[in-house]
Amino acid sequence: MSKMNLLQAVNNALDIAMADNPKVICFGEDVGGFGGVFRATSNLQEKYGRDRCFNTPLVEQGIIGFANGLASQGSVPVAEIQFADYIFPAFDQIVNEAAKFRYRSGDLFNVGGLTIRTPYGGGIAGGHYHSQSPEAYFAQTPGLKVVVPRNPHQAKGLLLAAIRDPNPVIFFEPKRIYRASVGEVPDEDYQLPLGSAEVVKEGSDITLLAWGAQMEYLEMADQLAEKDGISCELIDLRTIVPWDIDTVVASVKKTGRLLITHEAPYTGGFGGEISAAIQERCFLHLESPIARVAGMDTPYPLALEKEYIADHLKIYEAIKQSVNF
Amino acid sequence: MTIHLGILFTQRIHKNNEEEVMTADTKNRAIHSLRFIRGDELQIPTYKVLKQDGTPYKGAKLPDLDKHTALRIYKAMVRTRVLDERMLAAQRQGRLSFYMQSTGEEATTVGFAAALDDEDMIMAQYREQGALVYRGFTLEEFMNQLFSNERDYGKGRQMPIHYGSSKLHYMTISSPLATQIPQATGYAYGQKLAGDGKCTVTVFGEGAASEGDFHAALNMASVLKVPVIFLCRNNGYAISTPSNEQFAADGIAPRALGYGMHTIRVDGNDILAVYAATVEARRIAVEENEPVLIEAMSYRLAAHSSSDDPSGYRSKKEEENWASKDPLSRMKQWLLLQEWWSEDEDKQLYDIDRRDVLATLKECEKHPIPKLEEMITDVYDVPPPLLKEQLEQLKEHIRKYPEAYPKTAGRLDNE
Ligand SMILES: Cc1ncc(C[n+]2csc(CCOP(=O)(O)OP(=O)(O)O)c2C)c(N)n1
Ligand SMILES: [Mg+2]
Repeated sequence: MSKMNLLQAVNNALDIAMADNPKVICFGEDVGGFGGVFRATSNLQEKYGRDRCFNTPLVEQGIIGFANGLASQGSVPVAEIQFADYIFPAFDQIVNEAAKFRYRSGDLFNVGGLTIRTPYGGGIAGGHYHSQSPEAYFAQTPGLKVVVPRNPHQAKGLLLAAIRDPNPVIFFEPKRIYRASVGEVPDEDYQLPLGSAEVVKEGSDITLLAWGAQMEYLEMADQLAEKDGISCELIDLRTIVPWDIDTVVASVKKTGRLLITHEAPYTGGFGGEISAAIQERCFLHLESPIARVAGMDTPYPLALEKEYIADHLKIYEAIKQSVNF
Repeated sequence: MTIHLGILFTQRIHKNNEEEVMTADTKNRAIHSLRFIRGDELQIPTYKVLKQDGTPYKGAKLPDLDKHTALRIYKAMVRTRVLDERMLAAQRQGRLSFYMQSTGEEATTVGFAAALDDEDMIMAQYREQGALVYRGFTLEEFMNQLFSNERDYGKGRQMPIHYGSSKLHYMTISSPLATQIPQATGYAYGQKLAGDGKCTVTVFGEGAASEGDFHAALNMASVLKVPVIFLCRNNGYAISTPSNEQFAADGIAPRALGYGMHTIRVDGNDILAVYAATVEARRIAVEENEPVLIEAMSYRLAAHSSSDDPSGYRSKKEEENWASKDPLSRMKQWLLLQEWWSEDEDKQLYDIDRRDVLATLKECEKHPIPKLEEMITDVYDVPPPLLKEQLEQLKEHIRKYPEAYPKTAGRLDNE
């Protein structure tokens, strides 16, 4: 075990993946000698050489197009998009290419080796373009897996699983807690399952569901609710697609209530999908409407960021409303 | 290498007339022995006018630049330098969340603006505050944006340095790189149809020029014959990535040829070279409806941004070498030789600018951030019902927890 922050855990996972498999190749803007603007790829070029860890020209569509080609050849690219807000020039390569490579060729060709790592999320005074959480755009694209870790231990195990998963995976890293989230991380190689949610804390009155950095607010809200005598069950979804519906259903059948929170705007956020699916399966078990606490339906603001955020107080209020419905 | 203004712009290789299709051209230019054109066959020279000591290169023709304009340029360069120094210091003191300096590139960012009509459109990247200063963006306007206060035109929504001014024909900055380049082609096409004799200049880094948007923009501008000037600031780095890892070619300038476009490389630290090249580029754009590419060679003397520390990826020695090519001192030397300027006036200018910047900073950082209502305005022309409902819920929430939202809680009801 070593104490690591989330960035160090990501770096450690990449290091292990590269040592384990010579086909693993890491690249992206500033990823090479400098080790990435957040230093997630620090020392990898020194250790594995310029052929396996390098700077790309500044072109996201190129990075992912290149990564798709490389993956289809049998290599295992781990491409970094510097900020999730800048993934959109690569949208075509992800949505129309990576996601459909296997299906359209009848699995003659696939890009299963591809992993895209990208820091996402707000709360860092990043304004419109260093704050977004675009997971829902990708969640509607069959063929992609979308994964979001909440802490260093999760980050290492899920990233190793993502790199080795035989499907293209987008791995969203919660940059707000890159350094703030510190925890014990096993030194050895380990994987955590994709497609599997984790019940982080058991409870009986209401199920609280989130992923990534939002888990922190969820836990803070839970502490407030606990003082009111409300027993919350906390679930970290971990994989957005394919999502672990069974774990959520089992929990909601037990608690009778569900609150979903995410950073992304309310409308079209993945919370809507979860809410719909759960009411289909748990209708008669629900004691109150499924609650969603999300970003507002505006671009991510700067000066009014604090007000915009789906923070622990908003979650706490929604918990009370749900319980007192 | 010094070249004459007359051969600044490469000649058009051939003029396609409307009916003539590419295959016909290809046939006329057939060869029958195998020969590749090497990728490095064309080397584009750099147009320079002034030496560092302010004297012109032998044979260099100086552009027509009257004293008034020359001083307006120089004063804008100095103010830009001072603004950058002070605002980085303010960021270091924690008064500002973020800042980006343009130190070392002022001759490019002010010089191009000076060569334009003040009503030509500018679509910049983020390091072109010099152009805004030149056009008269006031210190107050800068500070309002930097401090995201309620007077910021952008209503405190974007990070510091994302300036914009419709009055000054300066499109609001957007962080996603290169997106403004094809937009400039479109804007300029509209200007051409409007027939108002204006053009658009879009400015971007050599890093941003790797984006697909750059290539799309140049090709469309050439095909559609658009009065747009593409000004690339080649400052050697895109964050940590040196330009030799950005492209294998001889810089950005030769790319224009692939699109059949005029091109030139200039010394971006040479105010007269930047000015002369942009004056001529503008003439070509506006009179001939031909796009032009200018590559200005310079160096990003400061860190990429206040979040960056360049010691991790480049040497002090390299920085010092470029510091010795300072565009401000080069222009100052020239002005002194013209006897348009004196050391005394110079010192005074810096003193006054420093004082004014600090005073304005102190004043503007006091203003409150925009009111909560501004969260939902401008998403659309009018806020849709669901968004209004979200705002009402938010207000109710803030009333419950006023201490958690101190910047807005006290101002919820004075609507
Ligand atoms: C589409 C996109 N990708 C990545 C970034 C992150 N980023 C911001 S500035 C920058 C480097 C830009 O370098 P260059 O274009 O040379 O301009 P300079 O900073 O040197 O003025 C990068 C990678 C971004 N803003 N937008
Ligand atoms: Mg650059």
